[in-house]
Amino acid sequence: MNVATTTQVNTRARNRQRPLAQRLWRDRWIYLFLTPTTVLYVLFTLWPMIASYWYSMLDWNGFSRERSFVGFDNYQEVMSDPLFWRAFRNSFWYMGGVVPLRVGLALIVAIILTNPRLPFSSFFRTMLFLPVVTTTAIVGVLMTFVFDPASGPVNTVLLNLGIVDRTVDFLGQSRNAMFTAITIDVWKWFGLTLIYWLAALQTVPNDVKEAAQVDGASEWHVFWHITLPMLKPFAIIITLITALGALHSFDLLYTLTGGGPALTTEVVEVYIYRWAFTASVPRLGYASAAAVFFGLATLVLALVQLVGLRYAQRMRSGNA
Amino acid sequence: MRNISPPLTFGTKLGNLRYPRILLVFLLLLVLSAIWIYPFLWMVSASLKAPLEIFSGGLGLIPEMAKWENYERAWIDADFSRYLLNTVIVAVSATLLVLFHCSLTGYVLGRYSFAGKKVFIGVLIGTLFVPAGYTIIPVLELANRLHMLNSLWGMIIVLGGGGHTAAILLFTGYFNQLPKELEEAAILDGATFWQIYARIMLPLAKPALATVTIMTFLSTWNSFFVPLVFTFSRPELRTLSVGMQAFVGQHETDWPGMAAGATISLIPVMLVFLLLQRYYIEGIAGAVKS
Repeated sequence: MNVATTTQVNTRARNRQRPLAQRLWRDRWIYLFLTPTTVLYVLFTLWPMIASYWYSMLDWNGFSRERSFVGFDNYQEVMSDPLFWRAFRNSFWYMGGVVPLRVGLALIVAIILTNPRLPFSSFFRTMLFLPVVTTTAIVGVLMTFVFDPASGPVNTVLLNLGIVDRTVDFLGQSRNAMFTAITIDVWKWFGLTLIYWLAALQTVPNDVKEAAQVDGASEWHVFWHITLPMLKPFAIIITLITALGALHSFDLLYTLTGGGPALTTEVVEVYIYRWAFTASVPRLGYASAAAVFFGLATLVLALVQLVGLRYAQRMRSGNA
Repeated sequence: MRNISPPLTFGTKLGNLRYPRILLVFLLLLVLSAIWIYPFLWMVSASLKAPLEIFSGGLGLIPEMAKWENYERAWIDADFSRYLLNTVIVAVSATLLVLFHCSLTGYVLGRYSFAGKKVFIGVLIGTLFVPAGYTIIPVLELANRLHMLNSLWGMIIVLGGGGHTAAILLFTGYFNQLPKELEEAAILDGATFWQIYARIMLPLAKPALATVTIMTFLSTWNSFFVPLVFTFSRPELRTLSVGMQAFVGQHETDWPGMAAGATISLIPVMLVFLLLQRYYIEGIAGAVKS
């Protein structure tokens, strides 16, 4: 924060000479202003985070007052549950399908939309963005009808166009469900990735491109050698945001398939929810352990990407 | 923050369609846009059709005769009127709560230096990077102890209270770049700390207020998980997203009713977005640029 104006530097210098208590009293309004956020943050963000780690070491069904400390037993059990690993694979398989499609296709569309000669580009942007603002849980329900095997509109269109000769069970069949879910996710969140790319493309200065064009560089050449290298750090951030978003897809998958058929779309978040809330004997400690473990796994993923970002930035400043 | 939408210049640009390449791209985008909004058109259309008309598989979007009784069924029998009211209450109140506490915090973080500032910002940002575990369980337990479980205001406080770092940072950045002279003049006039904030600074922060308002409103309207676990034993407190689930669970075959309920749920957010999209899109784009 660059608020270091001269007056502030002066007050800061004077601050150091005053006793702390006096400074705290003088700044009482500042602390009063911070109080609501602090109280809410401690209650609903900080404490739950710490507590979820503590709970992950308890054997606790949520009903009874009884909780017994079991150390890392829950973690051990999570690690040896093949259904957890199945959900784990599903989560990353889902992410692996969603990320390249959204990041890649959105970049292409973003480049097309930034063409200054294209008419109605902001209209297209709005249309493509519209699903993003809709309620995911409602869209999940709606899509079970849109992809209905008997009379859903998708099947009707495919039949009418002669692409299939029998209706396809998009969500009810193990083979198809994951692909269908990925398709719906791409449709739902495509506009968001598109906006990220549009913002990134805006940072590429026009005069550089124009100068290159004056020098006789082709449009393709400008894109490949000027625009694309400048987008590299954005590519990593956008991929990271998209990947983390795809790992948190509870709303869509819970309402779309509930994890089925035969657990083929059960991602970790649905697995955790099942143990915490819908199991006949809920196991809150076990669910917490699975969540902490999954959180650590996603953190590792994020760190790998951020190291990549650092590397890309160093490459860029090295070139300059 | 610049507006990222290209300026609208209709007449001159339409002329570019005479170039075959631009015309082709234009038509492809038209098809893509049609596919993108088709599910919503289908939803509205199905909400006005008779069940047989949907099942017979006609693709026409215009119903033979608008069946408004589908809406009556969703609105009254399936309780969507109550769900809508709950959702409006929750979304509006949570948004006000976020505006209140985040603007206060953003204001002092953006304009003052004080003991503990670095720690405060450090914790705020640091928690974004710590894997959170399953925080809903401690939140539920806390809500239970504070007697806010199974109540709308409990939902409001949880949705408006936890994790609004992005909104705080947006206010911080905005207040930070306002000129210093404003305050100094106000202090000379004898304005108190609160008066400077409420009468001078806050009115100047309208763009930031607008962005945070629309982003928080849409995200709370669309929230599913917190309302779901907060209303297990109180169906009358369900929001639209949770109510929809329950409706489909009970009336699997009532397609028009489902479509009417979905329309009631989605049209308000779409309208809010279409009217205020500039602020919303700027808020999102700002996240990547910074």
